[in-house]
Amino acid sequence: MTDMTAPASSRVLDVTSDRARARIRARYRKEARFRAYGLIAIGFAALFLVVLLTDILSKGIPAFFVTQATVPVTIEAADVDPNGNRKVSEIAKGDFAAALRKSLVAMFPYANDRASRRQLMGLFSSVAASELRDAVIADPNLIGKQVTLPLLLSDDADLFFKGGITEVQVQAAKGVATPSGTEGNVEIVSSGPDFAVELGDVKRQISAQLRSVRRDAEANNLLKARYQAQVQDLTAQLAQARAAGDKDAAPALEQALAKATSDLESVAANGTRLEERMLQLKTKASQPAAAEALDPTLPSLLVRINGGIVKATEVAGDRIKGTVIAPLSSAAPAAAGSWSTENILTPESSRRLGDREVVWLEDLAAKDMITNAFNWSFFTTGDSREPELAGVLGGIVGSALTLLVTLGICLPVGVAAAIYLEEFAPKNRFTELIEVNINNLAAVPSIVFGLLGLAIFLNFFGMPRSSALVGGLVLALLVLPTIIIAARAALKAVPPSIREAALGVGASHQQAVFHHVLPLAMPGIMTGTIIGMAHALGETAPLLLIGMVAFIVDIPHGIEDAATVLPVQIFLWSDLPEVAFRAKTSAAIIVLLLFLFVMNGAAIMLRKHFERRW
Amino acid sequence: MTLLYFGLLIVAIAVAFMVGRNRAKALKANGSSLHSLPSYHGAFVALCVGLPMLLAFIVWVPTARMVIDNRAIAQLASDVQPKDPLSREARLRDIDRIAAGGITDQQLAAYPESVVQAGRSAGTMRSWSFMGLVTVGLVLGALGFHYGLQRISPEFRARNTVETAVKGLLIACSFVAVMTTIGIVMSVLFETIRFFTKVSPSEFLFGLQWSPQTALRADQVGSSGAFGAVPLFAGTMLIMLIAMVVAGPVGLFAAIYMAEYATPRFRAWVKPVLEILAGIPTVVFGFFAALAVAPTLRSLGLSMGLDVASESALAAGLVMGVMIIPFVSSLSDDVINAVPQSLRDGSYAMGATKSETIKRVVLPAALPGIVSAFMLAISRAVGETMIVVMAAGLAANLTFNPLEAVTTVTVQIKTLLVGDQEFDSAKTLSAFALGFVLFFFTLTLNVIALQIVKRYREQYD
Repeated sequence: MTDMTAPASSRVLDVTSDRARARIRARYRKEARFRAYGLIAIGFAALFLVVLLTDILSKGIPAFFVTQATVPVTIEAADVDPNGNRKVSEIAKGDFAAALRKSLVAMFPYANDRASRRQLMGLFSSVAASELRDAVIADPNLIGKQVTLPLLLSDDADLFFKGGITEVQVQAAKGVATPSGTEGNVEIVSSGPDFAVELGDVKRQISAQLRSVRRDAEANNLLKARYQAQVQDLTAQLAQARAAGDKDAAPALEQALAKATSDLESVAANGTRLEERMLQLKTKASQPAAAEALDPTLPSLLVRINGGIVKATEVAGDRIKGTVIAPLSSAAPAAAGSWSTENILTPESSRRLGDREVVWLEDLAAKDMITNAFNWSFFTTGDSREPELAGVLGGIVGSALTLLVTLGICLPVGVAAAIYLEEFAPKNRFTELIEVNINNLAAVPSIVFGLLGLAIFLNFFGMPRSSALVGGLVLALLVLPTIIIAARAALKAVPPSIREAALGVGASHQQAVFHHVLPLAMPGIMTGTIIGMAHALGETAPLLLIGMVAFIVDIPHGIEDAATVLPVQIFLWSDLPEVAFRAKTSAAIIVLLLFLFVMNGAAIMLRKHFERRW
Repeated sequence: MTLLYFGLLIVAIAVAFMVGRNRAKALKANGSSLHSLPSYHGAFVALCVGLPMLLAFIVWVPTARMVIDNRAIAQLASDVQPKDPLSREARLRDIDRIAAGGITDQQLAAYPESVVQAGRSAGTMRSWSFMGLVTVGLVLGALGFHYGLQRISPEFRARNTVETAVKGLLIACSFVAVMTTIGIVMSVLFETIRFFTKVSPSEFLFGLQWSPQTALRADQVGSSGAFGAVPLFAGTMLIMLIAMVVAGPVGLFAAIYMAEYATPRFRAWVKPVLEILAGIPTVVFGFFAALAVAPTLRSLGLSMGLDVASESALAAGLVMGVMIIPFVSSLSDDVINAVPQSLRDGSYAMGATKSETIKRVVLPAALPGIVSAFMLAISRAVGETMIVVMAAGLAANLTFNPLEAVTTVTVQIKTLLVGDQEFDSAKTLSAFALGFVLFFFTLTLNVIALQIVKRYREQYD
């Protein structure tokens, strides 16, 4: 030690100077930042999951409840049982829709023309007549009496009561209103500021409309300029090609030029339309105090007065002009607070229910006839084109049958393959080939399995299209690598002492494996199988290719019947235009997630319960 | 009918097993010591009965079908004779439908007379053929039964025979994986070759226009089918890049935090969150992307003055990225945990902070595994279908702007095959060509990922 000389350039570690301290602080800051990044990453994933689940739940939970109207319906024998012999087959053919229609018209006597009657019936689902029929068939004594049972409303009416169609604001009025009549076109004068407030609102809405049309016109002009440039460019290119005598390019250019010219024309036409509308709205907005005519692009204004309803067609500062929707009981002046103004905020042109239908529904609600019930039929009916009648039973049964086929194939085959690879396979090229194949198959995109199913099972073997059998086969091939890998891991976890003990008492290799190792590896294999089945339950793409895109109403009875599975049902519903289907799709997703939750939970519980520490 | 035969098979096997076992038990009761347990003798007899019956089924059914089909086609009148394989298949389907029965006379009137006759005779021939199969099967089974019972004796090594048969069964099951790969390659390869006879490979791989219309009539407008797949490849790459930009950093940092910084309690709460995210089906992600993410991005963009398409690549890529996060995170977690503690300890001993250790020691050591994880994630993103079908568009747009609508290879495969298309047209065959490209791309990525891990992985003792 004493012979050691100090190195020529000895550097003393600098940890106390200000520079050093600053450097160390910077390093700690970097450390904190790095750690924060990790937390932010996890937070991002968790946040997304929460947002996703909340969105699905909020959209889907309303679909588990249906709105019903308990309207008293008089069942007249003339409609239902004309021959009077109370035979079930005769009653079944009765016109219950007519009975419902008559009772509705009795409730709203002013809605007696054809269009109104159709609109009234449109508020109820097409199945309401069947509900009446079932009640009368169950108790034929109801013929000639009044039946009050909850009848299913149509999807739009249902959506209205869930707040999905429009918001309605009702204000009690402050002035004294004097109607000019009780029917037809009337004028209502108010002594208070009610109509002035409404007029102000209308003017503001017109300005908003003007702003939005102006924005659209600007965007349209930009588009027009782009298309103009394109047309010019293509014309120049075409002229060049023609001059150069280029035979190949000319037809393609001509086609592109034709398309661009037609695009330009339609955009220009759109531009003219927008200019006209802007002018219209400008004229309207430039007269602040004048009366304003209401059209369907503006929110609707209704006045409830003297037991009747007037829909405003023109608003001025102190009066409105309108048409009577429900007749007033008298033309006497109404005191302040005894009449009200009602604003239906979504314009009539943007909603699926007109003002009269909204009024009728509000009337039914005011008469306490609207009830909410749990949507049991969602779980007991198959698919339907009517949103309020569509159910997931077809999807659930189809999924169950498909998973049964999948399980029946991939569990025995997978466990057998795992046993062979783990216990009996010699280490040669053949075994390596099998193992490489299994690892590769685990990473192949699922749609390729659909191609396999289409080409081989459907086209070559001629199996029934869209059946649970073919679906189960395709999914079995998809899930097989996962099960083999999980089973191998489970078999590997069993300690060699078990095998050796069995061999020691005289068992053959196969007996040792099948009688001793396999039962001990069973929990691990079961866990892997359940996880594989959960994966198969959520698969959609390969099943689309084997034909499960058809609209299937019947519940499948066997594995060769045309079926659909729950994820495909979700996919098909998500494409449909009716707004009510969005809630149904979310509800079906909730059902699917519940099934997956249960399956994964069972797998985890199984693993925890049977886990053995060797 | 198949079900009936297999039911018979199961009953026969069960009976054979029990009789064989009882015979062996009787021998044992008589005092002689058997080589194998009685159940193995029973299993042997069951095998002697079951295997011939199964073989009979496998040989009989396709042969009978071919013979009956040929007879039926030959019976058709000359004016309804099919001229090419597709119409032959269509005719056979008609004949099948008539032979199956349960068809009303009204519907029968729609078919030509000779087809109805052929159908009826095919129906009778099928019933006869089934009875023939059952008879042959039962005869073979009985012969096998006799042979099996005969062999039962104390010296007979039943266990060895049965075990050899079981081993053969296990090998066959293992071979299913290889058969599946062969099946995939065959099914995709043949159709792809047929496609390349209609459209040249260079046009397919390098063409810039994708509009797969084929003329149904000779004079149809818009019948120029352009099968250039480059816009599809570009769209797939764009969405994959967006997804990896989201999933890569997030997944990696999440894995680093979970492996290095997280307390066991934190891990107990966060691991389930990632597992739930991994378990959500892709159709749910697609629905969320199409109905919540895309409109939000669109209105966000409009408020900033950008023109975001309603089916933008950004929306689809974003959601796909989130879907892949658990994948990247769990693979990276495994690799980071595999780095031995001694390396970390050495770095701490030199005075490095935790983040410096991770950045300079752990990550470089785990790099091959992480790169491999990224490549597997890319392969997953490229092969994903449902999210892009629901959230991305059908417009084959050659662009790298994430705010525009693009389409991917998987969307086109689904669109082309889920319509009413004649199976022979170039349009449908192009779907198989796309599937071929997809399969080989993902296969190559997986093989490269595996090779990277094999070659560059440090072997720590």
